[in-house]
Amino acid sequence: MIGNLPTVLAQGGVDWISFDIGRLVDQFWYNTVNGLAYGSIYSLVAVGYTLVYGVLKLINFAHSEVFIVGAFGAYFTFQFLGYESGGIAQAPLVETIVNLILALAVAMICSGLVALTLERVAYRPLRRKKAPRLVFLITAVGASFAIQQAIMLWRNPNPELAIQLIAPRPLFEVFGVSVTNIQLTVFLAALVLLLIADSFINRTRLGRGIRAVAQDPDTATLMGVNKERVIMLTFIIGGLLAGAAALFYIMQIPQGVVYNGGFLLGIKAFTAAVLGGIGNLRGALLGGFLLGVFENYGQSLLGGQWRDVVAFVVLIVILMFRPTGILGESLGKARV
Amino acid sequence: MSKNGRLRILAVAATASLTLAGCAQGGNEEPAEGGAATNDSAAAAPDAPTDAVLPAGDGTGECEDGVSIAYIGTIAGQNAALGVAILNGVRLAVEEHNEANAGCQVTLKEFDTEGSPDRASGVVTQAINDDSILGVVGLPFSGESDAAGQSFHEAGLVTISPSATDPALSQNGWDTFFRGLGNDAQQGPAAATFIGEDLGAESVCVVNDDSSYGIGLAREVREALGDAVVCTEEVKTNQREFSAVVGTIEASGPDAVFYAGYYTEAAPFAQQLFARGLQTTLVAPDGVRDDQFVQNAVGAAEGVYLTCPCVPADGFGDFFDAFTELAGTEPSTYSAEGYDATTVLLRALDEGLSTREEVLEYVRDYDAPGLTKHFKWDEDGELTDTPVWVYQVEDGEIVRDREIG
Amino acid sequence: MSAHHFRSGTATKVPFGQRIRDWWNGLSRFHQWAIIIPVVVLVYLMPFLNFFPITTEPGTDFELALFNTARIVLIAIGLNVVVGQAGLLDLGYVGFFAIGAYVAALMTSRDSALYAEYPWLLVVVVGIAVTMVSGVIIGTPTLRLRGDYLAIVTLGFGEIVRLLADNIPALRGNVGFRNLERPPGEWSDGTRIFTQGDGIPWYWLTVTAIIAVLILVGNLERSRVGRAWVAIREDEDAAEIMGVPTFRFKVWAFVIGAAIGGLSGVLYAGQLGFVNNARFDVVTSVLFLAAVILGGSGNKVGVILGAIVIAYTPERFQVVSEYRYLIFGLALIVLMIFRPQGLLGARQRLLARGRQAYKRLVGKPEPVSTESPMKDSGKGTGA
Repeated sequence: MIGNLPTVLAQGGVDWISFDIGRLVDQFWYNTVNGLAYGSIYSLVAVGYTLVYGVLKLINFAHSEVFIVGAFGAYFTFQFLGYESGGIAQAPLVETIVNLILALAVAMICSGLVALTLERVAYRPLRRKKAPRLVFLITAVGASFAIQQAIMLWRNPNPELAIQLIAPRPLFEVFGVSVTNIQLTVFLAALVLLLIADSFINRTRLGRGIRAVAQDPDTATLMGVNKERVIMLTFIIGGLLAGAAALFYIMQIPQGVVYNGGFLLGIKAFTAAVLGGIGNLRGALLGGFLLGVFENYGQSLLGGQWRDVVAFVVLIVILMFRPTGILGESLGKARV
Repeated sequence: MSKNGRLRILAVAATASLTLAGCAQGGNEEPAEGGAATNDSAAAAPDAPTDAVLPAGDGTGECEDGVSIAYIGTIAGQNAALGVAILNGVRLAVEEHNEANAGCQVTLKEFDTEGSPDRASGVVTQAINDDSILGVVGLPFSGESDAAGQSFHEAGLVTISPSATDPALSQNGWDTFFRGLGNDAQQGPAAATFIGEDLGAESVCVVNDDSSYGIGLAREVREALGDAVVCTEEVKTNQREFSAVVGTIEASGPDAVFYAGYYTEAAPFAQQLFARGLQTTLVAPDGVRDDQFVQNAVGAAEGVYLTCPCVPADGFGDFFDAFTELAGTEPSTYSAEGYDATTVLLRALDEGLSTREEVLEYVRDYDAPGLTKHFKWDEDGELTDTPVWVYQVEDGEIVRDREIG
Repeated sequence: MSAHHFRSGTATKVPFGQRIRDWWNGLSRFHQWAIIIPVVVLVYLMPFLNFFPITTEPGTDFELALFNTARIVLIAIGLNVVVGQAGLLDLGYVGFFAIGAYVAALMTSRDSALYAEYPWLLVVVVGIAVTMVSGVIIGTPTLRLRGDYLAIVTLGFGEIVRLLADNIPALRGNVGFRNLERPPGEWSDGTRIFTQGDGIPWYWLTVTAIIAVLILVGNLERSRVGRAWVAIREDEDAAEIMGVPTFRFKVWAFVIGAAIGGLSGVLYAGQLGFVNNARFDVVTSVLFLAAVILGGSGNKVGVILGAIVIAYTPERFQVVSEYRYLIFGLALIVLMIFRPQGLLGARQRLLARGRQAYKRLVGKPEPVSTESPMKDSGKGTGA
C-alpha cells in the first residue's frame, strides 16, 4: 500500500501552509474589521483573568467556564421568552432589544454567581491555609474540568440548537468591508462595558481598593482596605463581564452553546490578557482586540487551519520574551 | 424530541423563512438555470419494490438462542443525529424480525464510538471479543471505518456500513467490508455534475473539514470540477468561527460553494457565509443532510442543496409509518439504508447460520432487492446499483429534488 | 481511613500511613525483597484473577482494562518525575505521549512515508530518543519560567503538538495512521503473540517496562540528580545559591519525564494499532495530572495508586465511567483543600545510610514530613 504515499503527501490538495502576503494585503481591512468585532469578546473575558491575576496572582483557569455558564444562561432566557430554535424570530425591534437586555442581565448574573461561588468554595479555603500558588492553579484546573463535565452530563455533548434573535445583515461599509448589524452592536456594547469597568477601577473608591490590593496587599490592609471584599469584588466584576461576553458570543455564533465551548476561547482570552499586560485592565482591552486581529492576519497569511496555532504561538512568545505584555503588568500602576 | 415539539419547530422555521424572503438571505436565490425546484416539480420518490426482502421474512426463521448482531457507531457523540437515524432503522428491523420469527430471537447490541476514529478501535475490539455477535451494522463514518476495518478483517466479522462513503475503504483488501450505498467516487462526480450543469455554476469554492470523509469527498469533487474550482479551504472539526474562510470565499466570488464535511460545522459555516449578503449557492453532502443542520443554520439553510447516496423514504409507506412510531421522528438520512443492511444480516441468522464465517459467506453471495436498492456486492464489497439523490432545504424541511446519478 | 485508626486504635500519635511507612523502613533489605517479589509475581498473575469482584467484565475486556491501567501507571510515573520530584507543573505532558505514539506510527504504519520494516525494539529506542530530544527543545526555552507561567506555556506547547499533527499533511491529522506494526513473536501454534484483541502480552510488557522504569527512577532519586530535584522543588532560589545548576537539572527532569511518556505512547500506539490527533488534548493531560496529584505527587507508590484509581475504577464501575471526568475534577478541588499532598504524601527524608545512622543514634525512626511538593518555588514571572 505504498501507493497511498502520494495521497498522504497531497492530503486534501489544500496547501498545508502558505505564505500568501498578497492575500494578507488584499484582505487587510476585512480581517481588521472582523478581528475587532470578534476580539471584543476576548477583551471582555480577558478582564476577568487580568483582575484576578492582578489581585491574587492567580490564573483563574476556570474563568472559561464562568463564561460558558453565562452563555447557557442567555440561551435559556431566550427559551423562556418563547424563542425557538430553527429560525429567526420576527419580533418588533423594541421587544427584541428588551429581550436582549434581559438575556444580558441573566447571563451576567449567572456568570457572576459562578465566579463568586468559585471564589468562596474553591479559592477562599486555600487562602485561609496560605496554600502555595500551584495548589491554587491545580484547584482552578479541577474546577474548570468539573464545571465542564457537569454541564455535559446535564445537557449532552452536542451544542444546543441555535436560537437567534436578530438576523445578521450588512449595515454599511468601511474600507470596502461590509459590517453587519450584529458586529456593530457587539463591538459598541463591549466597548461601553469596558469603559464603564475602566472608570470603575480608576475613579471609584472600591476601584481604588482593588488597585491598592493589587499593588501591595499588606500595606492596603494596613490602610484599612478590606482585602476579602476586594477579592470578592474582582471575581464579581470579572464574572459580570464574562457573562456579557457570553451573550455577545452567542449573538455572533448561536451554535456555540456547548459544554466545552468556553475552553479554547478562555485560553485565547488569557492570551489576550498576557499580550496586553496581565494585571492591567486597559491591557486586556488592547490585547483582546489585537489578538482578534492577529488571528485573522495569521489565517490569511498561513491558511485557515493555523488559526489556533497563531494564538498559542503569541501566548508562548509573549510569556517567554515579554511576560509583562505590551502595557506592563501592574494593575496598580495603571494610569488614570 | 416529541412529535409535537418537532412540528412546532418546523412551523416556526417555516414562518420565519417565509417572512425572510425579502431579507438578507440573498444567497438562497437560485441561478436561472437551476429552475425553482419545488415539491411539485421534484422527481417522485420511489415506491418500495414489491419484491423487497423485509426483516420479518416469512416468519419461519430458526436460529440458536443468544445470537446477536451489533450496531457500532456514534450514538451520543459528535454528529450523533446521523448515527441515531441509522440506529433507529436497525432497531426497527430487529424488532420486526423478532416479532415475526418466534423461532429466532436476535439480540441487538449497541456500541457507541462517539464517531471518532481513535475511540472506534477500542470499542471494536470489545465487540470482536463478544463471540455471540455474528454480524455488524456499521461503522457509519468513513474515518472510524478506516481505523477499525483491519480488526474486523482479522476477526472475520462481517460489517455492512449503511453510510461510510470514502471510496478507499473497499480498496484495503478487507474481505469483511461491505458498503450498503454508493461511495464518494459516485457522489463526488454526481455532485460536481449537478453544480456545473444543473446549477450552471462556472466558479466553485470547495471547502472541506479535516475528517477522512471531508478530505476524500472534496478531492473527488475538485477533480470532477476541474478548472471551475476557484478556491479551496480547510476548516477544523468543532470550528465555529469562519470569518477568515468566508473572507477568502467572498474575495473569489464563486457561483457555488461545496462544503465537504458534517453538519456540526456546516451550520455555523452556512450562517456566516450568507450573513454578509454574499450571493452564492451552497451545496453540501450527506454528512450535512440532517434536520440539525437546518435548525442550527438559523435560516441560512434555506435553499441549500444536499447531495446524498440515500433514497428518499417518503415512498416506503409501511416503513415510514413504523419508523415514525418507533423513533418519534420521520426517517432521516440513511434510516432506510440501516434497515436494509440489518435485513441482510437477519436473513443470514434465520438460515440458522451460527458462525461468523458462515454469515460472512452468506453476505458475500447475497442477491436480493431491499427497500432502497438491489443488494448484490462485487468482490470489493461495493454495490452495483447505487442511486444518488439531491435534496433541497425548503421552508425549513429537507425535501427531495432529483436523482443525479 | 487513617483518621479513623488514629482515634479508635492505638494510643500512639502516629497516623496509620506513617506507621506502615515506618514499619517498611524498619525492615532489612532482605525482608523488603521477600515482600516485593511475591507482590510482583501477583501483579504478573493479575490477568488470571478474572473473577468477581476484581473483573471488569462484562463491561470491558478485563485483560485490556489491565493493560490500559498499566499504561496510565507508566505515564503517571513519568509525569511524577516532572511534577512530583522536580516540582514543575506540566500541563502539556500529553504532548510527549503523542510524540511517542507518532514516532511509532511514522515508522511502522504503511500509511506513513517513512515506513520500512524496522525491528520493533528499534521503534521503542527511536521513540524514546525523539521524545527526549523534543523534551530538550521544549524544555530549554520554557524552563526559564516558573510556577504558573510554566504551566500555561507547557499547556500551549502540548496543544501546538496536537495542532501540528492536524495541520502537517504527513502526520495525517484526524485521518490517522492505521495498522501499526506490533512486537514480533508467535505462540507455538503460529498465531501472533501481540494482537489488538489480547491484552495479556501487552499487560506483561507494560508491567515489565514499569518495573524497569521504577528501578531507573529510584536510582536517579537516590543520586545527585534526585537530590538536586528535591532542592529545586523545595526552594529553587536557595538551591541556585547553594551551587545547584538548577536549570540543567530541571531540563533533566523534563527530559526523563518525556522519555517515559514517549515509551508509554509507543506501547499505546502499538496495542491500538491506530494513531490520530484526537486523544492528545488538554483533557487527557489533566487526567494524567489528576492521577499524580490524587495519589500524592512525589511519592512513587502514591502515583501508582492514583493511576490505578483513575484508570481502573471507570472500567470496573460503569457509573464511574460516565461521571469520571466530573469526579476527578471535583477530587482535585477537594484534595487541594483538605489534603494537598494526595492520598500518600511525598517523603522528604534522609537517604538510606543517613536513615540507619539516625535510627541507631536516636533509637527511633527518623521523622518524615508529608508535605505537598507543590511548594511555591518562584515569583512566577521570573523569566
